Amino acid sequence: MSQQQTLTIDGKAVPFQDGDTIMEAATRAGVYIPHLCHNPEFTPHGSCKLCEVLVNGRKATACTFPAESGQVIQNDTEEVNEARRVVTQMLFVEGNHFCPSCEKSGNCNLQAVGYALNMLDNHFPLFYPAREVDASHPDILLDRDRCIFCELCVRASREVDGKDVFGIAGRGINNHLVVNSSSGLLKDSALDVTDKAAHVCPVGAIIIKRHGFAVPIGQRIYDHRQIGEVSLATEMALAGDDHG
Amino acid sequence: MSLAEAEREKLLDIVRNHAARPTQLLQILREVQELLRCIPREAMEIVAAELGVPRTQVQGVAEFYSFLSLEPQGRFHILISDSISDQMLGSRALAAQLSQKLRVGLGQTRSDGRVSLGYTSCTGLCDQGPAGLVNGHWLSRLDKARIDLIATFIEWGVPLERWPREWFAVADNLHKPGLLFGNPIALGAALQTAVEKGFDTAFAEVDASGLRGRGGAGFQTSWKWKFCFEGPEELAVCPMGKPEKIERYVVCNADEGEPGTFKDRVLLNRHAHQVFEGMTLCAGIVGASQGFLYLRGEYLELKPQLEAVLAERRAANLLGKNILGKQGFDFDIEIHMGAGAYICGEESALIESLEGKRGVPRNRPPYPVTSGYLNKPTVVNNVETFAAAAAIVLNGGQWFASHGTEKSKGSKILSICGDCARPGIYEYDFGVTVAQILADCGAESALGVQVGGPSGVFISDKEFDRKLGFEDLATGGSFMIFDNTRDVLEVVRNFTHFFAHESCGFCTPCRVGTSLLRNNLDKICAGHGTAGDLAELSNLARIVKTASHCGLGQTAANPIISTLERYADLYQARLKNNISFEPGFDLDGALATARRLSGRDDAMAHLAQEAEA
Repeated sequence: MSQQQTLTIDGKAVPFQDGDTIMEAATRAGVYIPHLCHNPEFTPHGSCKLCEVLVNGRKATACTFPAESGQVIQNDTEEVNEARRVVTQMLFVEGNHFCPSCEKSGNCNLQAVGYALNMLDNHFPLFYPAREVDASHPDILLDRDRCIFCELCVRASREVDGKDVFGIAGRGINNHLVVNSSSGLLKDSALDVTDKAAHVCPVGAIIIKRHGFAVPIGQRIYDHRQIGEVSLATEMALAGDDHG
Repeated sequence: MSLAEAEREKLLDIVRNHAARPTQLLQILREVQELLRCIPREAMEIVAAELGVPRTQVQGVAEFYSFLSLEPQGRFHILISDSISDQMLGSRALAAQLSQKLRVGLGQTRSDGRVSLGYTSCTGLCDQGPAGLVNGHWLSRLDKARIDLIATFIEWGVPLERWPREWFAVADNLHKPGLLFGNPIALGAALQTAVEKGFDTAFAEVDASGLRGRGGAGFQTSWKWKFCFEGPEELAVCPMGKPEKIERYVVCNADEGEPGTFKDRVLLNRHAHQVFEGMTLCAGIVGASQGFLYLRGEYLELKPQLEAVLAERRAANLLGKNILGKQGFDFDIEIHMGAGAYICGEESALIESLEGKRGVPRNRPPYPVTSGYLNKPTVVNNVETFAAAAAIVLNGGQWFASHGTEKSKGSKILSICGDCARPGIYEYDFGVTVAQILADCGAESALGVQVGGPSGVFISDKEFDRKLGFEDLATGGSFMIFDNTRDVLEVVRNFTHFFAHESCGFCTPCRVGTSLLRNNLDKICAGHGTAGDLAELSNLARIVKTASHCGLGQTAANPIISTLERYADLYQARLKNNISFEPGFDLDGALATARRLSGRDDAMAHLAQEAEA
């Protein structure tokens, strides 16, 4: 392939490699596309829909859609960001997200994305669902109030830890995270505090015990930096050499 | 619930009968459900261990499909269809009557385990409702007298085999045969033609016919088959035309879950041979040796006769090895049952279900034609598409293309229900006007028609000159008629509830959005809506439509959008016009739990939403 393939994002030419998704091409080029369920260490998922962009006028999910030569992509526009804000608000009202008392506050991707998208209120009526908390494990708290069904824990447990500790059951608004143990409790599963799956949750659904509020306000990840900046810093480093 | 030794043995038998293949998980769980009336945790353990899959996958499947339950269902499990056409015939009152007579709540199992009662989205008996299912068997034309008798039989514990046959009778109601119904092929005739003239010729006829998918989406059938034949790009070899020898699959989508659609039920009842012949032709053309019929759970009644048809075809050398003597032409068909999930009519969710997983639509691209069942090239087509393909190979592409319109060749089978004298099956050449259809089925004073089911469009009486076809009004077959006594908003509410119930839950906009739409619409219909709520409904509908992962979410807001366009005044009439905002908080509803706990229903146990003047 002699000539570099490119697509454009908001008018800027972005090069890409064979097999790239739009998200991968954008990340490598230092273009931030908001996302929650995407993590370059795992198979792309496509469920949160934060990363949806307009490709040649049609909505596409950037983390799963293949990059192609000549694509004209709109990412950081009023229309696209308005949809992202609505989707973020949907996530907030669907669960029980009480930021003031949450251990993840200040380090939470959902919260940070809300700030980045200028989300000023929930907008929609709250669902107040009955979600189960599982504190049985000696080292890990599972608070389903905060689960956004990104399935990062599911993927990490399956693809990296080789344990398949987590899964999703139910249908529709009744979806819930389930644990691979005979009792259904975390303590009877194979999950260990050193597992990748215990450390990939982008929100406060999987919390390591006895570490809450260890970092003072003012020194948390998102206290002085926007999520776009942090996300690119982390993920550009990882985007080094994939497609091996 | 702890399993007895005998039950554990039967469980292991079930798994063994399916050769412990993980792709058979849903089929296995259906049988477990039948055996134990539920899927208890212990059963999940055993099945997971035997299949070598995580418990979470078994639990995931058990909780996804409506016909599976974690809690025991009754010895008699009754589901009443909640489709709008059944509601219009009084199904809700009949369900209430049954609930009262049997002293069992809706959505519950009676404490003695004798009976359980609930609603189901649609049974496919829309032309002979009010309809239901008892232990998976069709119940048609329910009425008050029959409900009383059913309740009595259940109390007496009369087994289903001794219930009157008329209660289970399902008619074809084929009122207007057309191009396909009027010209059924003789057994094996199309395959004989293909074997004699060659599969290239057979394919050319399908291509020349202009046949487009009959499930509703209308993708050109010959292109789909060609892409499957060619396979994924990575496997493209030189010279072109010699595809890599990898497995390919042919799948017939008989999920027919769109409310108001029942034409595939009739096609399979009358012309299963022709449908299977179409699948076999496809297999010969694309190079597949395994096919599946994915049959919706509500059509369990058809399974034995379909298996018999398959057996006949094997005996006649029309299935199996070296079909009709052609060396290497091997193909057979397996029937997989669905279990109550509308989303499994979506082709990639259907494939997931075939693989023994939850019916969650895949990320596309890649598409099933290059990466489908077990990530192999797969053709997924509708029942009617395969039946049409068989007729085309026999009679020629031109025969088919001489009917219909420029972009919509051939005929379309419609399943008509609702406010008309003669609901049932009608087949028309594409291009027919809605007015013509209404006249033929005896629909007078029609207010509007829902074309294409809830995911389609609601047209008003000012649009009856519009024509059926991909150019204008596309439909998989569902055609529901509403006369001028009907409340349009109640129709929209039924459809909106349906989508919230059937959402698979994968993506945020649909999982949350369909419930938000439902709640907002309920608020407006209950008279607590304001202009703000209406604007909200419209904005939310737009986001759900554009941001969703698959066709379900993308069409879930259509009922609201298409009626807001046409009947804005009906919505306006429901609004409170003296205030711009009313909280969506039902004061009286909030006390329901307290009333139940204290056993009170007196006036002082209720609160008015607004202070009395």
